[in-house]
Amino acid sequence: MKAFIKGISYYLPELVLTNEELVKDFPEWSVEKVAGKIGIKQRHVVAKEECASDLAVKAAEKLIEEYHIDRQSVDFVLLCTQSPDYFLPTTACLVQERLKLPTSVGALDFNLGCSGFVYGLSLAKGLVLGGIAQNILLITAETYSKHLHPKDKGNRTIFGDAATATLVSTEGFAEILNFSLGTDGRGAENLIIKSGAARLPEKQNDLVYDNSNNPVSSDYLFMNGSEIFNFTLESVPALVADTLVKNDLQQSEINLFVFHQANKYMLDFLRKILKIPEERFYYFMETVGNTVSSTVPIALKEAQAQERLKGPVMIAGFGVGYSWAGAVLKFKE
Amino acid sequence: MDLNIFIENFAALFEETDAQLFNAQTRFKEIDEWSSLILLSVIAMIKVEYDVKIKGDEITSSQTVEDLYNIVKSRVQ
Repeated sequence: MKAFIKGISYYLPELVLTNEELVKDFPEWSVEKVAGKIGIKQRHVVAKEECASDLAVKAAEKLIEEYHIDRQSVDFVLLCTQSPDYFLPTTACLVQERLKLPTSVGALDFNLGCSGFVYGLSLAKGLVLGGIAQNILLITAETYSKHLHPKDKGNRTIFGDAATATLVSTEGFAEILNFSLGTDGRGAENLIIKSGAARLPEKQNDLVYDNSNNPVSSDYLFMNGSEIFNFTLESVPALVADTLVKNDLQQSEINLFVFHQANKYMLDFLRKILKIPEERFYYFMETVGNTVSSTVPIALKEAQAQERLKGPVMIAGFGVGYSWAGAVLKFKE
Repeated sequence: MDLNIFIENFAALFEETDAQLFNAQTRFKEIDEWSSLILLSVIAMIKVEYDVKIKGDEITSSQTVEDLYNIVKSRVQ
């Protein structure tokens, strides 16, 4: 038995935040600098009443329509989010009802960030190969914008909201080959929203501004950019090497590398230290930003539209946790 | 490890600031162009050129280019 990707669709919320609008809040920031170095010109953000499940349902409806999927054939929903509608119930259960999927489906959420899509593929492949399910709806849906302080220039520049829906099945256009996974919880403090869950249920109201005048608070998303950068420099080259070993492939045999689209600056640097030629390295963030667990499937969708997915393609996600995952997808030559 | 080459590598990370203005005693955080992105490029340069890991807060708690040089020098294999 083999597992394949049969379809990918994505949905972006309607509200668009352009660099020109961001610069109004941060007059010291230059539009050219943001666009040139970070590689992002605009990002989509949810409206106040819009939640992860709303984006998830819209992405899944697009997938169902685009690939003519029979709702009755879906037998599992895997939903990756770190911004669920509720603590409980599970967002995937809400999505089952709204998509009118059969009540015989299995459904669960899993909480991961930038590594989430690749992890989701590993779970979906396991379900297929274990004979447990045959048509798995893998959804990524994230609304980080809800967790960002209005004065957080760096993160408001980078992050965008989005959802993606992927069908993993017993046949399709890309075979899901082998994975390399990794975790290092020592990095937990470097990308975190501290308050609001069980450990610190109350808002802490502890906002301070650091040396660079960036807001730091337990009540908003905190990212230690330099530590995340160091983590990436150490983990991603090792992840790429291990993913190649697990798939018995040489780096030169990979036709396209589709990494988590963190930001252009970081990807350029990774590409250089990995010595990957630019034509075999995919970028897609200019109009959407870093959409966390949705960056890899969005990039795959765009690369497919440009007919750039042929033969072995490596995908890799890395970030919050720390958590990282790589895999090779085999497309038709 | 050569201090002058380190200063050249450091100066090259700045696009708008004249490289001639950099010396061992330059207080780099006081340069107008200094930013969180240049901080990342310092980490990257030190990793690539010297294969040394430096933390962001070690950079922000340093004052001069020579302070950084000394951290890197103490870690070069």
